[in-house]
Amino acid sequence: MLDDFMVRAALAGLGVVLAAAPLGCFVVWRRMAFFGAATAHAAVLGVAISLALSVSVFAGVLAVALLMAILVTLTSGRGYAMDTLLGVMAHSSLAFGLVAVSFLTDVRIDLMAYLFGDILAVGRGDLAVIWSGSLLVLTLMAWRWQPLLLATVSEDLAYAEGGSPRRESLYLTVALAVVVAVAIKVVGVLLIAALLIIPAATARAFSTTPEAMAGGAAVVGVGSVLLGLWGSWELDTPTGPTIVCVATVAFLLITSLARLTRARALH
Amino acid sequence: MLYYNTIDCVIVHGLSQMDTGAAMHPTHSPTALIEANDLCVGFGGRSVLEHIDLALNPGEIVTVVGPNGSGKSTLLRALIGAIDPDRGQVRKAAGLRIGYVPQRLHIDPTLPLSVRRFLNLPGRHPRAQVDKALARAGIPQQADTAMTQLSGGQFQRALMARALLDEPDLLMLDEASQGLDQTGTADFYRQLEVIRDEIGCGILMVSHDLHVVMRAADRVICINHHICCQGRPEAVTAAPEYRALFGTDDETALAIFRHDPHQHPHDHDDEVRDAG
Repeated sequence: MLDDFMVRAALAGLGVVLAAAPLGCFVVWRRMAFFGAATAHAAVLGVAISLALSVSVFAGVLAVALLMAILVTLTSGRGYAMDTLLGVMAHSSLAFGLVAVSFLTDVRIDLMAYLFGDILAVGRGDLAVIWSGSLLVLTLMAWRWQPLLLATVSEDLAYAEGGSPRRESLYLTVALAVVVAVAIKVVGVLLIAALLIIPAATARAFSTTPEAMAGGAAVVGVGSVLLGLWGSWELDTPTGPTIVCVATVAFLLITSLARLTRARALH
Repeated sequence: MLYYNTIDCVIVHGLSQMDTGAAMHPTHSPTALIEANDLCVGFGGRSVLEHIDLALNPGEIVTVVGPNGSGKSTLLRALIGAIDPDRGQVRKAAGLRIGYVPQRLHIDPTLPLSVRRFLNLPGRHPRAQVDKALARAGIPQQADTAMTQLSGGQFQRALMARALLDEPDLLMLDEASQGLDQTGTADFYRQLEVIRDEIGCGILMVSHDLHVVMRAADRVICINHHICCQGRPEAVTAAPEYRALFGTDDETALAIFRHDPHQHPHDHDDEVRDAG
């Protein structure tokens, strides 16, 4: 079964969107969308470093994404607005990464594969890495779900009740770095944030509990991967971007449908 | 409310001695629920709290008053551990359960959270217990309403219901009557005494509703970065400097002042209790 590249691609995509669903909800609730994008952009620098040192791309990206996420967390609230700080770090790390890659003249690499993903080229080893990372993130989310929710609602309430919101946000940071590292092969650095945010935003339209929203995001993500794979096969389009397009269409359809139903219910 | 620059309020001898007792010497109160010793907090080089010593005992209702920007909310946030002090420390009784009602709480509209779900964070509670808490807070119909759909007053009641859910040892309220109308506010503070009597918790609150607060409190702490004065409500309200700080149009304050047999000249330097 794993011999079919389409099966491997589907499994890789599913692994990523399942982990991205609960994490993406927190990214939306905590307004960390730009934070997610910044961490993902920094991954290009990770790719350059791993190629230069000939270590696994996964390890290099994970390290740089973690470093980036922690750096941003530490420097936030020190004079610059978070938004500006993230803008500087996201785009400069992308630029430095691209420049660094260009120095590696002896390695012929397909830069596009890292920017937009190359899901059809996923091998068995990649699958193992993706699913290990994905299960790690899912376990972390399930374990910290309640305290993370409370810290998201109010850090002060969490402090008052003996919790540690700082530790909880560190867990989120680590989870984010892992998702970036496993998703780079699937959708590439430029579209990772889309897989976090779009399914969660779509699920918001029909959810009345946080858990339903995370579950709904997973369903939307899985649907987008499967439909996107099929669409890119039929239309001969790049697969990663096709998946994101499908998710976006789902977002538009479901959100407007929910608006309409609500408007009708009011009359 | 016009004289915020006149800060140092002074309590005159006799009145301040009335019932301060152990509370005035926080370092010597082993029974205290929570105590701060020499607490100093600053933000970006600006000092917000200076050398705060305070202790709160079980069953005691203490109100912190002070002008805007005097550090009242910062004091509560430092006590719960949300702010690391630059100096000094906060000591809590072992296993202390705090019910905290913050001044502001913004829930992002993208987070679907019903009132019931909010009360089940982070620990889950039996359905009946949650319903009872909501009924007691006066919002029995709102269990399945989204937090973001509540009116200001209902939101405040939901926060209060959650704070009381686990029968806290210490209830901390930061401007908890915001969003409530006048009747709601009066009821709210009347209820505090009931709550204190029912579950025997200590209550530490920050408020601007001076006339109501004064009636409910056992002890008032007046702060403006440092503790200016503290004592029984009558004592604090009677101080002319206090009236200069908070205005004289306050009905209750005036009524209490008129009934006060003492007159308070300003030259009792030796009798000043200045905790700052």
